[in-house]
Amino acid sequence: MDYTLLLIQVLNGLQLGVLLFLVASGLTLVFGILDFVNLAHGSIYMLGAFVCASLTYALDSYLLAVILALPIIGIIGYVFEVFLARPLYSRDHLDHVLGTFGAILVIDTIAHLIWGPAGIAIPLPNYLDGQIKISENIELPTFRVLIIIVGLLAAFGLLWLVNFTRLGMLIRAGASNRTMVSALGIDIRTLFAIVFAIGATLAGMAGMLIAPITEASLGMGNNVIITAFVVIIVGGIGSVKGALVAALLIGLIDTLGRAFLDDFFKIFMSTAAAENSAPAISSMSIYLIMALILSFKPNGLFPPRLR
Amino acid sequence: MQFIKPLKFFILASLLVFPILFNQIGMSFYLDLATRLCILAIAAVGLNLILGYGGMISFGHAAYLGLGAYAVGIPAHHWLYGGLDFLATTNGFVHILIAIAISGLFALLTGLICLKTKGVYFIMITMAFSQMAYYLFVSIEEYGGDDGLVINTRSEIPLINLDDPIQMFLVSFSSLIFFMWLVHLITKSNFGLILSGIKDNEARMVSLGYNVYFHKLIAFIFSGIICGFAGVLLGNFTTFISPEMIDWSRSGELMFMVILGGVATVMGPLFGAIVFVILEEVLSSITIYWHLPFGLLLITVVLFFRGGLSSLFSK
Repeated sequence: MDYTLLLIQVLNGLQLGVLLFLVASGLTLVFGILDFVNLAHGSIYMLGAFVCASLTYALDSYLLAVILALPIIGIIGYVFEVFLARPLYSRDHLDHVLGTFGAILVIDTIAHLIWGPAGIAIPLPNYLDGQIKISENIELPTFRVLIIIVGLLAAFGLLWLVNFTRLGMLIRAGASNRTMVSALGIDIRTLFAIVFAIGATLAGMAGMLIAPITEASLGMGNNVIITAFVVIIVGGIGSVKGALVAALLIGLIDTLGRAFLDDFFKIFMSTAAAENSAPAISSMSIYLIMALILSFKPNGLFPPRLR
Repeated sequence: MQFIKPLKFFILASLLVFPILFNQIGMSFYLDLATRLCILAIAAVGLNLILGYGGMISFGHAAYLGLGAYAVGIPAHHWLYGGLDFLATTNGFVHILIAIAISGLFALLTGLICLKTKGVYFIMITMAFSQMAYYLFVSIEEYGGDDGLVINTRSEIPLINLDDPIQMFLVSFSSLIFFMWLVHLITKSNFGLILSGIKDNEARMVSLGYNVYFHKLIAFIFSGIICGFAGVLLGNFTTFISPEMIDWSRSGELMFMVILGGVATVMGPLFGAIVFVILEEVLSSITIYWHLPFGLLLITVVLFFRGGLSSLFSK
């Protein structure tokens, strides 16, 4: 086995994992606290990538673009909450799904109108585009390492925010009894809008981080959202910690499956059979894992306590 | 309520007569549109069985349309280009049998897991499993992968020639009537009453001693098979089968039809399909960006009109 290749693939898996976490954490927060299903979360991820791409070309700096794009996406999330999500909180999940499905169509088409059908690549500045030399023959791409670090920082920042700050305390209180919190004089509607905006910002950030690698494209949101669903189902809907564990698990399984499953199958199959079946199985691997976990734990790995 | 019956009959009769009339005067486009409408309506009828009557919100029913279509496409592909001789056939009955077996099996296996969960979990898991089917077909290069499968042939059924657009339409239309009648029978049966009992109050049905999980599973499988059958028609209608059929926006559109038409009604899925197909046609003839007005309309319907079109009719 080639250990350099394995290391690179593990790194790719981690990178996918942290990006998935950034998308899934917003979903799971919004669901856990607001009991709201937001299919359009992936579209916000896509908007993050496109806004960042435009700003990168306008400002000629990727870093400045990200710093400016984050609050823009946060505001978009806030507006989305006020106009679409808020009227639907009191409805059942079916209405959430249909309403946000409509929002996907609207946001995707608007993105199509503004940015055109082709993807937009984002150039990286030189200091991010290089390699980090770890040892004699192992080099890691700087930007991928950076994604993992930023993603993990965001993950722990979010856990800290929810568990150890006053805002987090209010959010948790609002989740368990919103009437009581608002009776105590907290503006619960603004609080919920802030939660929504935080979730949107995290998803947008994931889009901004992945765009220099894959480019910003129209279908990217819809590709990521289902995987993010798998992550929060496996992690337990509403649990930020569960989302982190599940995102890393799913990211690693998906990446390593695509990279090594055919080699693994060759151990006990003919080469031709392995090469035919491996892509099919690896493309299904995360769903099979989800099915496996759910048949043992129907509420996910870290089901939030009943309230 | 009584005066609606003639209205419904009128709608069905015009759906049958006008497309054929238009076709006779050279506007075959409307016949194609009506055929597609009937096929989508069958799928919506299938979805309505669990969504409307059973309260199970499946966001993955496009998967069964795709499975049914591939049940036509794969045997036809091998019949045309060789390989897998035991599967190679254009016999329509075999296609239908495969479609029923595969969609039933897929519904059974995914249903076993999905139905352990409720609410949002159920929505997301059905969605995830249909995406799994999507990626499965994308990854099989033998059957065209992303690009899909073009079959220059249709299922062969004795006395019927599906290459003839009018016969294709008549088969789709009569299948639609058959499944509307079948679902109507199911919902009026003991089984259907138990199903709506579960929708209303699951805990009560459990304490009354019914095996809720089993009844839901049977309904889920039935619904999958109906959509699988619609897939067989769709594959024959388009003769181009691609993973795009399984895309989750297709599932969303099916849900839109059921909800817009009004859940748990016999005619609802048909109304929904009529409105959807007309909307799609009208909007996409105005602008290629028809998803924008369609999305706005969807949001408006969700925010301001509840209960769907059927509720407007029955007021």
